[in-house]
Amino acid sequence: MNLSQDQLRSMYRTMVSIRNFEETVKQAFAKGHIPGFVHLYVGEEAIATGVCSALRASDTITSTHRGHGHCIAKGCDMNSMMAEIYGKATGLCKGKGGSMHIADVGKGMLGANGIVGGGPPLACGAGLTSVVTGSGDVCACFFGDGACEQGTFHESANLAAIWNLPVIFVAENNGYAQSTPASYHCAIENIAERAASYGIPGAVVDGSDVFAVHEAAVEAVKRARAGQGPSLLECKTYRHHGHFEGDQQTYKDDLYKSVSQGKDSIRDFRALVTQHGWFTSEELDAIDGEARQAVEEALAYAESSPLPGVEEVTSDVYVSYP
Amino acid sequence: MSATTYVEAVRQGLWEEMTRDEDVFVLGEDVGVYGGAFKVTAGFLDQFGEERVLDTPLCESAIVGAAIGAALMGMRPVAEMQFADFISCAFDQITNFAAKCRYRWGAGVPLVIRGPSGGGIHGGPFHSQNPEMYFVHTPGLKVVAPSTAYDAKGLIKSAVRDEDPVLFFEHKYLYRRVKEELPSEEFLVPIGKADVKRTGGDISVVTYGAMVHNALEAAEVLAGDGVELEVVDLRTLVPLDKATVLESVKKTGKVILLHEDTRTGGFAGELAAVIAEEVFEYLDGPVMRITAPDTPIPYSPPLEEFFLPKTSDVIRVARHLAAY
Repeated sequence: MNLSQDQLRSMYRTMVSIRNFEETVKQAFAKGHIPGFVHLYVGEEAIATGVCSALRASDTITSTHRGHGHCIAKGCDMNSMMAEIYGKATGLCKGKGGSMHIADVGKGMLGANGIVGGGPPLACGAGLTSVVTGSGDVCACFFGDGACEQGTFHESANLAAIWNLPVIFVAENNGYAQSTPASYHCAIENIAERAASYGIPGAVVDGSDVFAVHEAAVEAVKRARAGQGPSLLECKTYRHHGHFEGDQQTYKDDLYKSVSQGKDSIRDFRALVTQHGWFTSEELDAIDGEARQAVEEALAYAESSPLPGVEEVTSDVYVSYP
Repeated sequence: MSATTYVEAVRQGLWEEMTRDEDVFVLGEDVGVYGGAFKVTAGFLDQFGEERVLDTPLCESAIVGAAIGAALMGMRPVAEMQFADFISCAFDQITNFAAKCRYRWGAGVPLVIRGPSGGGIHGGPFHSQNPEMYFVHTPGLKVVAPSTAYDAKGLIKSAVRDEDPVLFFEHKYLYRRVKEELPSEEFLVPIGKADVKRTGGDISVVTYGAMVHNALEAAEVLAGDGVELEVVDLRTLVPLDKATVLESVKKTGKVILLHEDTRTGGFAGELAAVIAEEVFEYLDGPVMRITAPDTPIPYSPPLEEFFLPKTSDVIRVARHLAAY
């Protein structure tokens, strides 16, 4: 494995930050502190972490309705994220978007997206810009198994292929499109097999193994940056919580539940790196504590931030409107 | 007898139509095993079986397209959009194919596309919209938006029986907030017929959907001041029941046009034109609009609250108009 101590530390910090952030959102939601609805990324942390750790700061990502993890992994400020989820004026979208619409274009985070399948076409645009400007940047496009059945995914994968765009399509296959099992909504077992029909490489990896995800992402990024076009990376994963908070999850079968419970990318990471002597448990615990504190600060920031003033309703509809 | 919620009324209406006519079937995301995101089709899979209650992948365009194809072949599909916002993903199938089949080919496509629209639940910009006007503007489509459990049940049944494509917008804020006792015997509510939900001689409020309830609340308050509102619930936007609207305006001479949808290109503009053209000489004051502002619908509760038209807006505008 070709990862420095700093990289490993950063990956671990990202995963535990996501986990902490999401569990905190879950509790806040249960207390009725969060309006609207939220979709949590718990169980899928290794994907955003493994992919984004293969990117550079100027690279971009597109995200989904389940986007908190992608935001954190791409370096979005957790204070502003939490404030957005709380609908506060200090949120990344000034409270106008909420959980499903968090974006920070300056960080290369081109938006969570409340429309399933909304991201892939945007990723093509980011990839096209990279080609035109010669920036060498790539775009990692995250989407779920449900989105794979939208026309936008097929259109975008084909477009990226014929234009040879630097896009990494990252299918986060957590087994369910809301309540509908992937085995029902998809005619083949592996979404990655569809890559063949676009003439691009496709790979399946264990989405709970951050190293496997990272390695596959590094390979795809290398190809993309070298002008060799897009790839499709399917990460098999498990959503530990409901589709949204409040979902009774009656549709999850026993096998899914038991396998899901056995999967924990953070636990596995800890086991591996301590086994190899790369980190001690104490060092990792310290990172846990830092992450916990950062999330607590984000929560306090969100709670103490002001609500937006109603003048914000009509701002930012246009840049100018005479 | 216990009161029936709006959402249960839609469910009952669909259930009765599926029982009556075996050509009727439902399809959509999570409508089967899960019973629908808002539980409109809860229990349908067990009752009617998987050939008539079809879970689909996430593919709004294919859902609507398949419904059109089946309707062409003589079936009676009812397609669910999980949130009405997602209907934009099926826009081409609806506006180019469903709407124009009869005109182009002389072939009708009797299908219903239904889904929850509207704000008030902090759903944010993609889960709160009122998309009716895209379809009002497309000839060939009928557009229905009930405000009560009675109308929801009667209209969904009529929609299923209609020979033309019907867009059926259920207001999700009303789903579990409004309820009433429904007749035990079967009933239909005709498409294209407005309903005067409250009679009054001073000012007409023409509205639909969730705003009907704001108008009724305002009417209650204003009655205390001696101002009598007449609340006209359109129930159907296309075809528009001009006669009921114009009759009311002729009687009161003053009119407020109220909707939750945004202002420019909203249905109020069309109504204002119809009123100006046909009953201008009866007007005793300006035609007033109360609508959402021309912005996306924001997420944060105080912003959303500001965005949505309110009972207090109706009271304020009605008092202004009463002074004429």
